[in-house]
Amino acid sequence: MSVGLTGCGSKTDDTPGAAGTGGSAGASCVDTSGDSIKIGFLNSLSGTMAISEQTVRDSLDMAADEINAAGGVLGKKLTVVAEDGASEPTVFAEKAEKLITSDCVAAVFGGWTSSSRKAMLPVFEGHDSLLFYPVQYEGLEASKNIFYTGATTNQQIIPAMDYLKEQGKKKVFLVGSDYVFPRTANKEIIAYAKANGIEIVGEEYAPLGHTDFATIVNKLKGSGADAVFNTLNGDSNVAFFKEYKNAGMSADAMPVVSVSIAEEEVGGIGVDNVEGQLTAWNYYQTVDSPANKKFVADFKAKYGDDRVTSDPMEAAYTSLYLWKGMVEKAKSFAVPDIQAAAGGVSFEAPEGTVTVNGDNHHIAKTALIGKIAADGLIYTEWSSDGPIEPDPFLKGYDWAAGLS
Amino acid sequence: MDAVISQLFAGLSLGSVLLLAALGLALTFGQMGVINMAHGEFMMAGAYTAFAVQKVVSDAGVSLLVSLVVGFVVGGLLGLILEITLISRMYSRPLDTLLVTFGVALVLQQLARDVFGAPNVDVRAPQWLSGAVQILGVGVPKTRVFILALSILCVVALSLVLKLTPLGRRIRATVQNRDLAETSGVSTRATDRLTFFIGSGVAGVAGVALTLLGSIGPTLGTNYIVDAFLVVVVGGIGQLKGAVIAAFALGLLQATIEYSSTASLAKVLVFVIIVAFLQVRPQGIVSVRTRSLA
Repeated sequence: MSVGLTGCGSKTDDTPGAAGTGGSAGASCVDTSGDSIKIGFLNSLSGTMAISEQTVRDSLDMAADEINAAGGVLGKKLTVVAEDGASEPTVFAEKAEKLITSDCVAAVFGGWTSSSRKAMLPVFEGHDSLLFYPVQYEGLEASKNIFYTGATTNQQIIPAMDYLKEQGKKKVFLVGSDYVFPRTANKEIIAYAKANGIEIVGEEYAPLGHTDFATIVNKLKGSGADAVFNTLNGDSNVAFFKEYKNAGMSADAMPVVSVSIAEEEVGGIGVDNVEGQLTAWNYYQTVDSPANKKFVADFKAKYGDDRVTSDPMEAAYTSLYLWKGMVEKAKSFAVPDIQAAAGGVSFEAPEGTVTVNGDNHHIAKTALIGKIAADGLIYTEWSSDGPIEPDPFLKGYDWAAGLS
Repeated sequence: MDAVISQLFAGLSLGSVLLLAALGLALTFGQMGVINMAHGEFMMAGAYTAFAVQKVVSDAGVSLLVSLVVGFVVGGLLGLILEITLISRMYSRPLDTLLVTFGVALVLQQLARDVFGAPNVDVRAPQWLSGAVQILGVGVPKTRVFILALSILCVVALSLVLKLTPLGRRIRATVQNRDLAETSGVSTRATDRLTFFIGSGVAGVAGVALTLLGSIGPTLGTNYIVDAFLVVVVGGIGQLKGAVIAAFALGLLQATIEYSSTASLAKVLVFVIIVAFLQVRPQGIVSVRTRSLA
């Protein structure tokens, strides 16, 4: 939508997500006259998600400091307006509204759960502002007002299935938490399996916060599976892996591929319980690249030697640099200009080179299957042939027709 | 057949976890009528005790056994402090107790977060508890056998204390008729404090045991508190026997339904069955009949 040079808060046009980028002026009330520019960080610093989102905030802070130390964006220093999403989707929506209309930030970085993103989406579309979302998610979404810097399904889940297929796994057992991401992901996995001659020998969901996995592990034991695909979330992973190990199963005979266990979580589950198990992400602390060596060293220098870096943290760090790249390419902080310039912007990220897809606002990234080692870090076991183009609606996969 | 036996053990094991979580509550809620929402946090304190003890005693086996004792004392002391400072002032206001102890629960959670950090921590299980043991031809995790044994031990110890010791007699007397006990020279205040100490201590022990099965984090207690109250309510107020029957019945029920359907559905159906049961028998499985006028 096109918005004139209107004053702060005077905008009444709330049509969500209308197409067209006619106007050349900035959206709403962003002030670009001074020698600084405001951006918003919106992460949960309280509530159940604080454990994870605090780490994302830390890496965003680091990226902002780095950019400011290097002279800012288009000669303007970044001024960060920080807000707490409090692990509540409604709070995310309110705070996003506040950041856009009363703080007048040029872009917002944050969100973690899909429900927080879904709650913020209408706010960003309504005000034609920008959100950079740093976490892998279930796909099937592409808003022109959101840039998705985490993986979509074809950059994480499908490569993980490709890997299992390559390893000759024929019978896969699905276990996940009972909410939107695991159920959506499993729908895609089942369609993939059908098309690729893999049998799904079980599909089990545990309520969020479930603590007793004896029955699910019994079912798993009796299923004859040769691999497990795990979309459990949070604490349930601990109970699941302890049960799995104590029931006498091993990663050699029946590996578990997890999509929500990163370096940060391994310590809490206990390395003993997950050693040798597989994970699917796009970044590990152990990625061997100059950009990553610098990222890890800087992060440890800033926050302490005992800290680890993980995929969502790296995606958040990268998102700030991608926004900088888009602004510099557009030579403007205005949303329509950034949207027009976004396609093709790339960044030498710690995970490798990433490039923004101008059509769906996701980024091309390399899929990495990793193995958890005794030192608590994850080492790349397999990687896709170069960056995978994002395909949030799985249009490029015949078997995916009929999903979504 | 193997599957049936496996599930039988899964149910018994789940029952023993429920029992361990509910046992202390059966004392403090069941016997004393105090709705202590911080009971789960006493379990959490027990779990963190296991973590702290392991920092000092590096041998996982020794540290587990030491933790069970220290966990009892830590949980008990927390309970004692809560009883003396807050609960003793509101014995006549059960609903206020509920709110106050809920507040205490939140405070304890935040305290754990500040002291131990927000991410989960890990307690290593001893070598002799890793892997499975063959029982009736099926592999059962040793940790679960250990917890089953521990919960039975706790029940036996508690009922012996209640039945045979002077303290137990005083507790039962106070529960059955507070006024009469008082006029007979029993210090009901001292009895209340000791009962609360023991009940909270058992929660600490449960917390230590749960480190073998699940995650150890600030919100550990919230995962169990509802189930613990359910066990006590279904079992019937005022008797350990009821809690034991209820815990194993609910465990077996949950495991059986879950095996033939899903975990989420099993949870729902168990709740439905409990609601239906309480319609027919609101006093629970076992109830104490007293001549108290209250």
